[in-house]
Amino acid sequence: MAVMPIKFYQTGSFAVGGRLLGEDQRSGQSDRRRINSIDCGHRACQGCGEALGARYALDAAMRATGNRMVAVNATGCLEVFSTPYPETSWRIPWLHSLFGNAPAVATGVAAAMKAKGRDDVRVVGQGGDGGTVDIGFACLSGMFERDDDVLYICYDNEAYMNTGVQRSGATPAAARTATTPAVGPEPGAVFGQGKNLPMIAMAHEIPYVATATVADLRDLEAKVTRAMEFHGARYLHVLVPCPLGWGSASHDTIRIARLAEESGLFPVFEAEHGEVVATSKIRHRVPVEDYLRLQTRYAHLFGDEPRTGVIAGIQAQADRNIRRHKLLGEV
Amino acid sequence: MLRQIEGSRAVAGAVALCRPEVVCAYPISPQTHIVEGLAELVKSGALTPCEFVNVESEFAAMSVAIGASAAGARAYTATASQGLLYMTEAVFNAAGLGLPIVMTVANRAIGAPINIWNDQSDSMALRDAGWIQLYAETNQEAADLHVQAFRIAEELSTPVMVCMDGFVLTHAWEPVDTPAQEEVDTFLPPYEPRQVLDPDEPSSIGAMVGPEAFTEVKYLAHARLMEALDVVPDVADRLAEAFGRNSGGLTRSYRTEDAETIVLALGSVLGTLKDTVDELRADGLRVGVLGLTCFRPFPAEAVRAAIGHARRVVVLERAFEPGVGGIVTQNVVTAAPATEVHTVVAGLGGRAITKPSLSGMLRADRLPPLTFLDLDRSLIDRELGRLAAARRSGPTAENILRDLGAVASGIG
Repeated sequence: MAVMPIKFYQTGSFAVGGRLLGEDQRSGQSDRRRINSIDCGHRACQGCGEALGARYALDAAMRATGNRMVAVNATGCLEVFSTPYPETSWRIPWLHSLFGNAPAVATGVAAAMKAKGRDDVRVVGQGGDGGTVDIGFACLSGMFERDDDVLYICYDNEAYMNTGVQRSGATPAAARTATTPAVGPEPGAVFGQGKNLPMIAMAHEIPYVATATVADLRDLEAKVTRAMEFHGARYLHVLVPCPLGWGSASHDTIRIARLAEESGLFPVFEAEHGEVVATSKIRHRVPVEDYLRLQTRYAHLFGDEPRTGVIAGIQAQADRNIRRHKLLGEV
Repeated sequence: MLRQIEGSRAVAGAVALCRPEVVCAYPISPQTHIVEGLAELVKSGALTPCEFVNVESEFAAMSVAIGASAAGARAYTATASQGLLYMTEAVFNAAGLGLPIVMTVANRAIGAPINIWNDQSDSMALRDAGWIQLYAETNQEAADLHVQAFRIAEELSTPVMVCMDGFVLTHAWEPVDTPAQEEVDTFLPPYEPRQVLDPDEPSSIGAMVGPEAFTEVKYLAHARLMEALDVVPDVADRLAEAFGRNSGGLTRSYRTEDAETIVLALGSVLGTLKDTVDELRADGLRVGVLGLTCFRPFPAEAVRAAIGHARRVVVLERAFEPGVGGIVTQNVVTAAPATEVHTVVAGLGGRAITKPSLSGMLRADRLPPLTFLDLDRSLIDRELGRLAAARRSGPTAENILRDLGAVASGIG
């Protein structure tokens, strides 16, 4: 593939700053000669966590595979904003079939490459939380169980954003969505529901499972790179705040992702063959309230009479994550 | 080489000769023997290079085929009945993406009530999916149609469904002539995809299309399907040249030249119909049979040419559209509006279609527009009476079976 110089605004101010560093210390993203998997001109919302996460993840995967890669996409925001026919933002071979079948389609691509003796071509499947934890779940589990040579990346924005913010199996407790409205005695999404897909993926004992957020893009890149060192089924779960659905400021996307991590609500870790091998420790622990307050999907918790019980419930979830994943302690 | 072989195994062998590179499978009766045959060929190393993917559902089976085909591999799967319906979303998607996947449908009824036996409700339900649909009369034809299907699919970049009657063909042992690998290799060139997922030449496949181009895209899909009306008979001619036998094409006439009544049907029932027609001819009745090998696209001109002179046409349907009647009938009426057309629904859920029933039906001077062959009217009337007495929803099959004495009266 021809290498096109990257424009500064595509790499972001931190990356531009990175150019002042020595070659060996720069991030891959700040290399102006890098392959740009998803190009400028797409139609994602301002501050879209998914667009950012997808670009970093796929660029890292491209680097790791020497640009020998095919991406398969589930239906969702990422597919819609990047390919309004006849335009496309994808500079890599890219296929979209349906909402619920991206893992199986990726399996098909991997099988074809194997049969054709093109073992150098690697496959990445990707989708949002709806396409991954709900409608595509059976296909994903099948792909894990067969240990197909696919890296599947879930960009988790915790609801069906493409269809107008409805609850998914990854929507957190108390969050307001169009189908979990902030009304009634227990407003928002109910407690005790939802799927913890990274843990389910680990239960399949696939070679590699990791979580990441767009708050630490170098970590995200490193995990994709690590994932591509393995063959077989691999799963990466990336938290990508959605300004539209979460009711947050576009410029707060990274900050909110960081607060999700530092409050303990979103544990960041790596697992190999079903066992956790590394955990990102919390540097500055914050109460969940810091995270919740920045998002209007939780506004009903902070009215004239704050719902302290609900907030305490969310805090208890964060505390449990911190205990379970040992998120505190030596960094 | 002529061999006594089960239909499913003959199809598996024919598919293997086409050198598929990815075969995906989910088991469902009566399709299972086909994919078992292919699994054996792949696992034993007889069919290579080929990846056999055991998937978790039919939806995944078609999805794997989609990914494989888009990546430039010749892809095959097989299914039936509920499985076909379960993969429906992906079946439409494969056609929309223009992927030349070949799939066998081992025709079977659709529940509820659940029934594993043969009729054609499954493939008929997917007649609008944008796939070419070919129906086999015999196992020889089933095997040959698969070889043609890959060529047709790849020439038009359109998926092809080869439909064969479940059990009646899939599990029947018949002599089937299998071509040699070299013969198939000459007949079927390697798959050259129209567009392909390739890091050396990246392309985006499956983009979102808005109102400004959607109609045109759909029209082009229609136009490509209409091209099949030329390609399907052409490929059948080439097969005849290569293998020395006629299999496939659009339609097949049997004793129709001077026929007053023509029975039109698809699939394995054609054999019984031909025997019946022979007997009726011996009694002086001018009857003939028109077999429809290609149902999608609908060969309207060929059908009109074959039946135009007849006084009436009886369409023998192995599926029906509830609330309307015959599915094939509507296509025939559109193709030949001046002809008197009757619908006879027969063989639902595996009920045998017997020569005496067909004979009686064809001897009748007048036929109602819609007949359900061998329908037990007394059972229907009793059940309707019961329903009128107590307006309750729920299954009625138990009542009917009880009336038949097939189950103990304590049921329900």
